Amino acid sequence: MRSITRLLAVAALMTAAACGSSDSGGSSNSGGGGATGGSSSMKVGLAYDIGGRGDQSFNDSAAAGLDKAKKDFGLAETRELEAASGETDAQKEERLRLLADAGYDPIIAVGFAYATSLKKVAGEFPDVNFAIVDDASVTASNISNLVFADEQGSFLVGAAAGLKTTKNNVGFVGGVQVPLIKKFEVGYAQGVKHVKPDTKVQTKYLTQPPDFSGFADPAKGKTAAEGMYDAGADIVYQAAGGSGAGVFEAAKAANAWAIGVDSDQALTASADVRDRILTSMVKKVDVAVYDFIGSNVNGKVQTGTVMYDLAKNGVDYATTGGHVDDIKAQLDELKQQIIDGEIKVAAS
Amino acid sequence: MNQTSPATKDSFLNRLLGRIPLSGWLALAAPVVAILFAGIVTAIVLAVTGNPPLETIGIMVEYGTQPRTMVLTLNLATLYYIAALAVALGFRMNLFNIGVDGQYRLAAIMAAALGGSGLNLPGWLMIILIIVTAAVTGAVWAAIAGLLKAYRGVSEVVSTIMLNYIGTSVVAYLLVNVFGVAVAGSNNIGTAPIPEDARVPGVAFIPGTEAKVFGLIFLAIALGIGFHVLLNKTRFGFDLRTTGLNQEAAVASGVNVKRMVVTAMVLSGGVAGLIGMPQLLGASYSYSLDFPSGIGFTGIAIALLGRNNPIGIAFGAILWGFLDSSSNILNLHDISPEIVQIMQGIIVLSVVVAYELAHRYRISAEQRRVSRELAAPVKEGASA
Repeated sequence: MRSITRLLAVAALMTAAACGSSDSGGSSNSGGGGATGGSSSMKVGLAYDIGGRGDQSFNDSAAAGLDKAKKDFGLAETRELEAASGETDAQKEERLRLLADAGYDPIIAVGFAYATSLKKVAGEFPDVNFAIVDDASVTASNISNLVFADEQGSFLVGAAAGLKTTKNNVGFVGGVQVPLIKKFEVGYAQGVKHVKPDTKVQTKYLTQPPDFSGFADPAKGKTAAEGMYDAGADIVYQAAGGSGAGVFEAAKAANAWAIGVDSDQALTASADVRDRILTSMVKKVDVAVYDFIGSNVNGKVQTGTVMYDLAKNGVDYATTGGHVDDIKAQLDELKQQIIDGEIKVAAS
Repeated sequence: MNQTSPATKDSFLNRLLGRIPLSGWLALAAPVVAILFAGIVTAIVLAVTGNPPLETIGIMVEYGTQPRTMVLTLNLATLYYIAALAVALGFRMNLFNIGVDGQYRLAAIMAAALGGSGLNLPGWLMIILIIVTAAVTGAVWAAIAGLLKAYRGVSEVVSTIMLNYIGTSVVAYLLVNVFGVAVAGSNNIGTAPIPEDARVPGVAFIPGTEAKVFGLIFLAIALGIGFHVLLNKTRFGFDLRTTGLNQEAAVASGVNVKRMVVTAMVLSGGVAGLIGMPQLLGASYSYSLDFPSGIGFTGIAIALLGRNNPIGIAFGAILWGFLDSSSNILNLHDISPEIVQIMQGIIVLSVVVAYELAHRYRISAEQRRVSRELAAPVKEGASA
């Protein structure tokens, strides 16, 4: 039988898992949006990947965007469906189809695993607007692809690690060895080397697919990070969803630094480890979901790829705690260089 | 006791795995009691969680009888059926092949890699090659556990679980580093797609929908028939059941137990290798990150549910597929989809309990009959 652990674990399949914080990102940079106000007859459907709302991760971030949109736009109805572990594409397809059949429009598919099924269902319902998070491979005139430049945000926190390390030795803990998390690793390593080329970057993935427990196993995260600190690292970046909590614990025990991911974890991690979080790579899935619903309310839907990169403030580094205040000028300069295209960040 | 099966120890395990059949009205009563019991417990769970039981079941039945859902159910059931057969093959010989999951995933990626390798062969030949590759891969992976058990006495439960872990790592390595092809803009990674002429088209079994049933449902049916024939109509099957029921008796009658262990594991693994084929050749056409996983474990539950009998397993697989496909509609009606997993657990438990109760009743009835016969005057029996 399928274990609950696996259920929870797979939660983060597509993600590096934004903690669903109610971080201020949503309101600060969503631009337009709330203008319409009042009530709307719009029914919004959301299809999660495994874990659904409450995964303390990627799905929660999407949920936060939905909640905010519901409040600001006065949506008539929202409906959230979640996936089961190990299911087939036909079941994902059926989930999207049920939502479309029941009159939900727009419909948001959270996670790249929906790509194949979305392609079919979007074709069957040409009048319904769909969005998919973290995938740009499936295209149609009624699909918006909400994708993130994870490597750009990771580059900045990598630069922060490179500037801050005193031992010239830093680490990266990835939840599951999938291409998505590879983007975080590659961007991070490039950022580190950009500011301090002779720095050693240790890399470790907690599990391999289809074992997605690496996104939900703090004990594994802790062991991996302890190993890195013991081997001479003084800063470890984690893109490991729920396992990140273990990385923070290890940082606390070693009195070293850790870097958070997806949300500003210096605000969302458990209170006793927050002072060991140097910065976080913020990935604003909530903003993307909110903006997409907003564009439907306004009737100005942008289909095709909508890139949430540094320029669009879709990814960023966090300054909570003030630990990077002394290098903020340098980081912001690097950020500008990436936005201007002077620095190209590789994604794989 | 039953005439066709070899001398049987009336142990709980043998009863649990359906190796001792019930006869007469008990054979009918046990499943009826199980269904009633499962229904009552499910209703209580629904009521406690604040969902109206009748309405909930009504929603599921209404959704489940729509043509499209029936196709979805049958397609899931096809995968589950093959998985449960693989598990049941081991069970019948007292082998607990927990490694079905690893066997089929490894088999699926090898088969998918071959299918996407660009070999210039006619489609039908390619399909056969893909299926044979899957069966052989599954068989080889399971054979490791069989050999360890036969020649080193390693429990197959332990070795197959460990082989699952190793298999996971091997599959991940192959997927990411060897066979994986990245698609622009996608965060997925999978083997190159199988060419169109080497795919197995679906069958429009059920009228009223464009959705098609996996063509390889016929493979599943053939495997079920093969399972029955092999176990009940061949000398090998007799030896296999004998070894499972009473190893000492098997040895005494000249069965080479070591060879039986390895052969049974190889067969179980070979069938396990085929689990992914309907999905691979009928829907996915590639092994990628979202290829279904965990079906091997579902197979264990369904084998128990179906009493290791090909017909029973078919009912179990369809029931399971129906429950799995109805989780979406429950979710849409604000009923937690996890209720489906609770129902599945309750059904397996109910079946185990109901059959055990029926067996207990049978045993005590036999004892009563024997003591009655012993107590009765001798001549009564003789004069008749």
